[in-house]
Amino acid sequence: MMELKVKRVERVDGVKEAIFLPAIFNGLRLTVKHFWRNLFGARDVVTINYPEEKRHVSPRWRGRHRLTRLDNGFLSCVACYMCETVCPSKCIHIEAGEHPDLSVEKYPVVFDIDELRCVFCGLCVEACPKDAIRMDTGVVSMAYTSRQTFDFTRDLLRDNYDPKVHSNPKYEDQDLPKPDNQSEALPHSQGIPAA
Amino acid sequence: MDFLLEIIMTPAVLACIKIAVIILLFAMPLGTVLTLMERKWSAMIQDRVGPNRANIGKFTGHGLLHLAADGLKSIFKEDTIPKGANGFLYLIAPFFGLIAAVATFAIIPIAGPIGDFTFQVTDVNPGLLFIFAITSLNVYGAVLAGTSSNSKFALLGGTRASAQMISYEVFMGLALMGIFMVYGTTRVSGIVNGQNEYWFGDLVPMWGIFTQPLGFILFFTALVAETKRAPFDAPEGESEIVAGYFLEYSGMRWSAFMLAEYVSLVGVAALMTTLFFGGYHVPWLHLWESAPQWLVTVLQILKFTFFTVVFCWFQIQLRWTVPKFRFDQTMGLGWKKLLPLSLVNIIVTALVILTLA
Repeated sequence: MMELKVKRVERVDGVKEAIFLPAIFNGLRLTVKHFWRNLFGARDVVTINYPEEKRHVSPRWRGRHRLTRLDNGFLSCVACYMCETVCPSKCIHIEAGEHPDLSVEKYPVVFDIDELRCVFCGLCVEACPKDAIRMDTGVVSMAYTSRQTFDFTRDLLRDNYDPKVHSNPKYEDQDLPKPDNQSEALPHSQGIPAA
Repeated sequence: MDFLLEIIMTPAVLACIKIAVIILLFAMPLGTVLTLMERKWSAMIQDRVGPNRANIGKFTGHGLLHLAADGLKSIFKEDTIPKGANGFLYLIAPFFGLIAAVATFAIIPIAGPIGDFTFQVTDVNPGLLFIFAITSLNVYGAVLAGTSSNSKFALLGGTRASAQMISYEVFMGLALMGIFMVYGTTRVSGIVNGQNEYWFGDLVPMWGIFTQPLGFILFFTALVAETKRAPFDAPEGESEIVAGYFLEYSGMRWSAFMLAEYVSLVGVAALMTTLFFGGYHVPWLHLWESAPQWLVTVLQILKFTFFTVVFCWFQIQLRWTVPKFRFDQTMGLGWKKLLPLSLVNIIVTALVILTLA
């Protein structure tokens, strides 16, 4: 039979340990310090009160989709079906139509995204030749009470985006590294060799 | 009008009024607020935010509304009785602890007497012996709840509570012998007035903490163990016996246990203030001889309240600092260390008093 491996911890004995009071006072010093620091202004508290305060989301983070507009306010989308074709979860549904105004090319009469089927892979954004669909809304979570609400229609995708709502100056770019120079940003980079 | 005044001034009626005022305006509100403050203060200690979500519209009052929310929730929650429980004992058990906790305030003066009128429900001759009797009753709530719940965890909790009470009750009495010897009385008013004397002219007040430093530590430890709070919370033992003796309770009866814990916490704080920090006496106030009576009384009430709140805070701070003792460690600490220490304290106090006399 194999001998059990038991790690033996050295006990600290002595009067100082036996009367508990020095250890208790040391502990109290620490907890009271935190208590006083947080009593006046919650200085050590790192909590973000979520629904009111939001943490900054990186611009590259793939959130809910939006449809971009041209300068004249019309949709950039030309209903080329690229995104619908490339979409691996088949959640995009487009119906193209002709506009009475001849200066406008094809445009989407229907542009639905079923956000429940979407896997947020971002392929639609890459496929789009007109930069018409983006995933930069910064909406981290969508929580609705019915399935129909998740079927985002064209006008919702176009209008339901407000850059001011989705950024919080208090936690702006908090997690992103802020390098001072290039060698700090890319510590293992050899640099471009001189020609 | 005179007739009404006469009725009010009858000792029995007057005592009832005092009881109502002290309990409803001092003990209960402080205990209730402490249920929230424990959560807020522990949050500050641990760099958290604490409860702040209960609201009426935009108003949250930094979590103050959680008091109302908790109360409402407890009232409307189902009052369950487990199968096989002893119904009668199960139903009355929560109130034993509550009554015992509240009864502590019967002998605690919150301000000096004005003429014949005392700010104290009753100044009985046995004084602190009454406190010992009442704090022993405190454990009945835990034991009855434990035995009547028909739950093994609750039974274990009740057993632990009684064992802990017996071992800490012993030296709780012995720790106070020093105080009795120094001030020569068990009457609370006598002890409080004894602490209004001064050493070295008017330099140092003869507070219990200075005359009996060891007695202070021992008595405080014993009282913390009596209230079953950390580090002596083996009867509750969240980590091994879930919640101990009040495991099966729900709704308002569970709240009664919580309230009893916090009211007895206030009781402990008031007792420590009375016995070791000069009671209601404001130190060095006698130097201001022309002080009006009403101002003195107000200052005394403020001083007493301040020290009580500080001690409540200290107990909560202690709970969130010190890890729990294992049950055998609790017993070992009580019988092997604190009991001999309290005996030594008595002997040393007696020797010092004999030498000085």
